Amino acid sequence: MSTPAIQHCNDFVIKFANVNGSGSASANELFARAIIRMGVPVAPRNIFPSNIQGLPTWYEVRVTEAGWLGARGGCDMMVAMNPQTWDRDIAAIEPGGYLFYDSTKPLPPSKFRDDITVLGIPLTAMCNEEYEDARQRQLFKNIMYVGALIALLDMEFAAAEQLIVDRYRGKDQLIKANVNALRLGYDYAKQHLPCPIGLRVKRADAVGDRIMIDGNSACGLGAVFGGATVAGWYPITPSTSVIEAFSSYCRKFRTDPDNGRARYAIVQAEDELASIGMVIGAGWNGARAFTATSGPGISLMQEFFGLAYFAEIPAVIVDVQRGSPSTGMPTRTQQSDLLSCAYASHGDTRHVLLFPEDAYECFSLTAQAFDLAERLQTPVFVLSDLDMGMNEQLCAPFNWDDSRRYDRGKLMTYDELEAGKDFGRYLDVDGDGIPYRTIPGTHPTKGAYFTRGTTRNPYAKYSEIGTDYVYNMERLRRKFNTAKDLVPAPILKKAEQPTHVGVIYYGSTAHAMAEAGAKLAADGIHVDTLRVRAFPFSDEVMEFIAERDAVFVVEQNESAQLRTLLINEGEIDPKKLVRVLHYDGSPITARFIAGKIADALTDRKISPIGQPQRKVAS
Amino acid sequence: MTYLAKPKLHSADAPRNALGYTRRDYEGAISTLCAGCGHDSISASIVQACFDLDIEPHKVAKLSGIGCSSKTPDYFLGNSHGFNSVHGRMPSVLTGAALANRNLLYLGVSGDGDSASIGIGQFAHAMRRGVNMTYIVENNGVYGLTKGQFSATADKGSKSKKGVINSDSPIDLAMLALQLGATYVARSFSGDKEQLVPLIKGALRHGGPAFIDVISPCVTFNNHAGSTKSYDYVREHNAAVNRLDVILPKAQIEASYPPGSLRRVVQHDGSILHLRKVGVDYDPSDRIGAMNHLQERQALGEIVTGLLYVDSSGQDMHTHLNTVEKSLNQLGDAYLCPGSKALEALNAMLR
Repeated sequence: MSTPAIQHCNDFVIKFANVNGSGSASANELFARAIIRMGVPVAPRNIFPSNIQGLPTWYEVRVTEAGWLGARGGCDMMVAMNPQTWDRDIAAIEPGGYLFYDSTKPLPPSKFRDDITVLGIPLTAMCNEEYEDARQRQLFKNIMYVGALIALLDMEFAAAEQLIVDRYRGKDQLIKANVNALRLGYDYAKQHLPCPIGLRVKRADAVGDRIMIDGNSACGLGAVFGGATVAGWYPITPSTSVIEAFSSYCRKFRTDPDNGRARYAIVQAEDELASIGMVIGAGWNGARAFTATSGPGISLMQEFFGLAYFAEIPAVIVDVQRGSPSTGMPTRTQQSDLLSCAYASHGDTRHVLLFPEDAYECFSLTAQAFDLAERLQTPVFVLSDLDMGMNEQLCAPFNWDDSRRYDRGKLMTYDELEAGKDFGRYLDVDGDGIPYRTIPGTHPTKGAYFTRGTTRNPYAKYSEIGTDYVYNMERLRRKFNTAKDLVPAPILKKAEQPTHVGVIYYGSTAHAMAEAGAKLAADGIHVDTLRVRAFPFSDEVMEFIAERDAVFVVEQNESAQLRTLLINEGEIDPKKLVRVLHYDGSPITARFIAGKIADALTDRKISPIGQPQRKVAS
Repeated sequence: MTYLAKPKLHSADAPRNALGYTRRDYEGAISTLCAGCGHDSISASIVQACFDLDIEPHKVAKLSGIGCSSKTPDYFLGNSHGFNSVHGRMPSVLTGAALANRNLLYLGVSGDGDSASIGIGQFAHAMRRGVNMTYIVENNGVYGLTKGQFSATADKGSKSKKGVINSDSPIDLAMLALQLGATYVARSFSGDKEQLVPLIKGALRHGGPAFIDVISPCVTFNNHAGSTKSYDYVREHNAAVNRLDVILPKAQIEASYPPGSLRRVVQHDGSILHLRKVGVDYDPSDRIGAMNHLQERQALGEIVTGLLYVDSSGQDMHTHLNTVEKSLNQLGDAYLCPGSKALEALNAMLR
């Protein structure tokens, strides 16, 4: 091999090429978690088809002691277990990288590259010898290659072994069988392969108290802590596991201990229209209600969003974005529902959007969304995406302030009505655009009103008078402005050196952006960054743009939707906002962002303050 | 849906029910529907039923979709919260409301365009889901607000006001409700208050999905020769299978009814339905028999009315979901939030 073999400790990418449905997922996850148990952070990602069985699937583990949790791109080692994608998988290995494969059937040299290290183990043969059952042969083959990798990467066997014990606690036969398969792979590699190779995992102390969970589970948990009692939903990738998690956590936390009855209601509706209809009905009736969906579901729910906005009914919608438009790439990631959520439904509608960056914020912002929805009496969208929603990730441990009380917003009570307080359902009593509401059944003779999507006067009486309509629209605009001060503030990160260049980004781009910022700084390019966490944009966002010569807007869609929203809402000169767009369905990488920004700065002849002018590309 | 206020004056001698309310206390705004609209008669029947049953108006939530029928909840129960949602989607909104608070009475009002066309999916699923509600379709076979198009319940061969013959087969919503699992199914005629009021009372007392299809002629677009949903046609072809009386648990006066011609059905709340037979050998506890009877009579051009089917042992959605007795919208923070300790334990499991 002419190219020197890659030598990296605690900083490499290993990718598993499998066949969907072959049972590899739990083995691959075992591998990733074993590294975490050694105190080394990992960033795992699934790349899977829109299919149940048979098509190719990949699992990537970025081992990163530095803690960069975004996708890196490329791979240093390929565990090639799918002949169907062999050529593609071999080509993806970085020069000097490693190929691990099942060598039961010998392959001609033409099937390999000469700049990589090839590591073959006769996994199928070993399994056929060890197990009689076909399913066992398949499943334990996966565990065996994990065992072999433990030897090759110089990992601690005990870490993986303990994980198996923890996973199958109480099921001794399963523990024994799995540990046996792990050991078979480990021993074979130790005896027949040059262990360890250039890629190694060494115990560290870089994980801290972080937990590992996927964003959808965190959203489901956030809905429990946020006080949601009603969920109406319809299955759709990649949001389904939000409700599955909600259901599971509700069973755990919301079952009445005295009688086993549920303090929640979850209904799988007949479609997305019915699911949001149920959420709106429940929200109108005073329950905290939510749904989870993805782009196609958002399209179907549009009419109801308009109703909830105009009739002013709290609702929470978790939108786990995926490749669009139409059916698009159902199992690939994007950030392309921004505009369809921000202005969902016909007419002059504007909706509150929240942008979590990781599983921690999936939890905290989902919980917060219920307070905002009731405070503002309007739909609130939590915009996650497939990358953050369906991949497990390291994040800060969840926390909750027990003194926190749910903000039920402006609810007119029986006593207030009884005391003769004026109730006008759409009356702006406090000047913040938010009216008071009553819950059905509040008072025998006062406070009842008729909810409708048609125009009405401040006392909820049907009206086709233009001035009533204008009053209402201006109040709704006032309410949207009030929301600016209630939604999570953006996060500003100043560059180490003064600069007049900024970057705005949101959501799951955050991991790649953090790494890109460091990468750029190392190259002498300093940029201030602002992570937008909500729409409407607070004044800080507009000030950030105003104070800089150029602002890059990094997002994962083709039409620059965040940029469009900024231009539209802030009346910003479009020339000032530079597009950095990634939209092939894979998660954005630091390499991509840093490359695009560096190139654009060169082209625009923009240099950091006090630094020499960068060379202009010829 | 009017902005005209109804005069509040009423006679001091007006009869009062057990709650001390007069019939006027169950009324709503002035109707803006056409004079003679069958829907207004249905509103009057709802008012009468609620008055008779001593229902507290504010314990009723009335929901509708879009259309002439869906305007009507504004015209009755003025002290109830109302919700005029979007076209055909009332059932899901009502379902959500019922999930939030199981301790209100839910009254869904819809039309034939609303329920049999755009909303047929939601209608079907609300029935099969077992939502505890009274679902009334004010069925006139025509789109009134858009001026006279056939709806999906218009009979094949019937004629529009403009003389167009309907070539499509009709959807029989009562038949669908039977098939989909409604546990109380009735049909009536807006012009037959004597039959309709008890049917509504029975539905309001029923502890599950109750459906009433009410033929309600449209005086402007569908009350002419050639229409099978006109006043004259329905009067001539009405084939009642029974007559109903609702006896409240607190005032059982069974002795006043002659035995033998009665069928006695005890509802979940203890109220009793007394069915006086009109049709020979009609059994309202036989779902399949009811479906057969409807089809046989429909083939003869008859409109079968009365209580078509009842299963008083039916369960509602909350029973299926095993939810707590207390309404979900009444549960305080302490019942909803697991707290920081639970979260710490969860964090430990995720490491």
